[in-house]
Amino acid sequence: MPLADQEIVIGLEVHAQLNTVSKIFSGASTAFGAAPNSQACAVDIALPGVLPVLNREAVACAIRFGLAVGADIAPRSVFARKNYFYPDLPKGYQISQYELPVVAGGALTITVDGHEKQVRLTRAHLEEDAGKSLHEDFHGMTGIDLNRAGTPLLEIVSEPDMRSAAEAAAYAKKLHELVRWIGICDGNMQEGSFRCDANVSVRRPGAPLGTRREIKNLNSFRFLEQAIHYEAQWQIAEIEEGRAIRQATVLFDPDSGETRAMRSKEDAHDYRYFPDPDLLPLEISAAWKSEIEASMPELPAAMKTRFERDYGLSAYDAAALTAARATAAYFEQTVTAAGAGNAKLCANWVMGELAARLNREERDIAAAPLGAAQLAGLVARIADGTISGKIAKEVFDALWSGEGASADAVIEARGLKQISDTGALEKIIDDVLAANPKSVEEFRAGKEKAFNALVGQAMKATKGKANPQQVNELLKQKLTGPA
Amino acid sequence: MSLSLDQIRRIADLARIALAPGEAEQTRDQLNGIFGLIEAMQSAHTAGVEPMAHAQDLAQRLREDAVTETDRRAAFQRIAPQIEAGLYLVPKVIE
Repeated sequence: MPLADQEIVIGLEVHAQLNTVSKIFSGASTAFGAAPNSQACAVDIALPGVLPVLNREAVACAIRFGLAVGADIAPRSVFARKNYFYPDLPKGYQISQYELPVVAGGALTITVDGHEKQVRLTRAHLEEDAGKSLHEDFHGMTGIDLNRAGTPLLEIVSEPDMRSAAEAAAYAKKLHELVRWIGICDGNMQEGSFRCDANVSVRRPGAPLGTRREIKNLNSFRFLEQAIHYEAQWQIAEIEEGRAIRQATVLFDPDSGETRAMRSKEDAHDYRYFPDPDLLPLEISAAWKSEIEASMPELPAAMKTRFERDYGLSAYDAAALTAARATAAYFEQTVTAAGAGNAKLCANWVMGELAARLNREERDIAAAPLGAAQLAGLVARIADGTISGKIAKEVFDALWSGEGASADAVIEARGLKQISDTGALEKIIDDVLAANPKSVEEFRAGKEKAFNALVGQAMKATKGKANPQQVNELLKQKLTGPA
Repeated sequence: MSLSLDQIRRIADLARIALAPGEAEQTRDQLNGIFGLIEAMQSAHTAGVEPMAHAQDLAQRLREDAVTETDRRAAFQRIAPQIEAGLYLVPKVIE
């Protein structure tokens, strides 16, 4: 059957490391980058006789997430043991949730190629992370660092609702934006704070789901997209060759761009879950849920709608400005100071010059040397015609490098105020016309280009401080009027 | 319900328990005895009774998110068979 007849079906499992200072079941620190095993306490290394005690903040993070995606928060959920043997899992089981997760249902809206689509969530549950195995340089032995063991994770499982690698990447990015927005995860993918597993299968549209293979541990959106693309094409080719897909766990090799099956025993996935007798059921009261609900920030989707409605921004602009909470806050402070009538101009500057500068200098918007009030001051001067857009870039640069406290101060100090005095401008234009008789002649002979040359000369003579529109009008008057 | 010898061997394998010759049969008989008890309990009328997740009908207490543990690596690693550069060393495992 031809390639075009196959539909790709993708579901994602994302492990988001929660922003707590201590571990999910112990009082050891979760800070990244500590000396090996210096943050692994008796509970984390599973010394006999220790007992887990659940971290309230980890639960609060799960509740925040559930509320943000419109899911059900279970009034009662249960922790279970997931049993398997690996040296970086000291207890021989991972404490997770199985039958009764803390969060059930919910959805995220993604946009791909201008089309909106809902991706449903199956569930999100709390669990502990494992330690790290270091396979190199220990004379044939494996080194184990248990600092990460017991770090709280929220595993967020989607329904198999995505139909392309691009949709899967859009979903992962949306989720990444959301967990940072609500402050439950720092989203640092290099440090492993946000890890994706992708379940990929192919089928003919309308047919039952095909057998899936799971791509493990994708730690960038680019790899996620590449891996899914490769995997789907591989599965389609297998089916076309008449071979059946066997369920498997695969790894993506970024160097070759290929996925390959992990060698593991067939029964490795028999985890024998059962309720953990060390942990009583987790109860979440309606009061606690309401308390958290009251403390939730405005969510990106709601803010996007508000930006479109209140500031008349396009869906594209509103989406870009609400991609990160800090950017949205900066924009809103700017527009509040500059006036809602200047919203589009504010949006252009935040997404244009400011974003480009931050990007070039690899700075976070929170660390921008130019505050929202300063940018608002700049925008206001463009809007009221004091300076042109071109001069505004010069003022922006000056403010960025700390020269002058406000746009007004820079304009004043550098003498950048646009010439609005018609008399003064007329004199300059008369001089330009007198100095360029050839251009004047050419224009009168019908050469439109000569006009632009004269505008350029006038702008140059005013060092860019003339209002270009005004220059145009005056020139036209003088050239076409009585000579 | 009763377990087959194959199932016993598989469970033992998953639990990393080595069974000596004859032990599989013995274990099967013991486990099937336990299943017998469970079967007897299953005849109890439980329709409409919500399953418990724990023998105690209580909810768990939560702790505040604070670092309360100090670094005790040196003490913990005194009983480790092999360590290096702060790491616990184990026979090579790689998938």
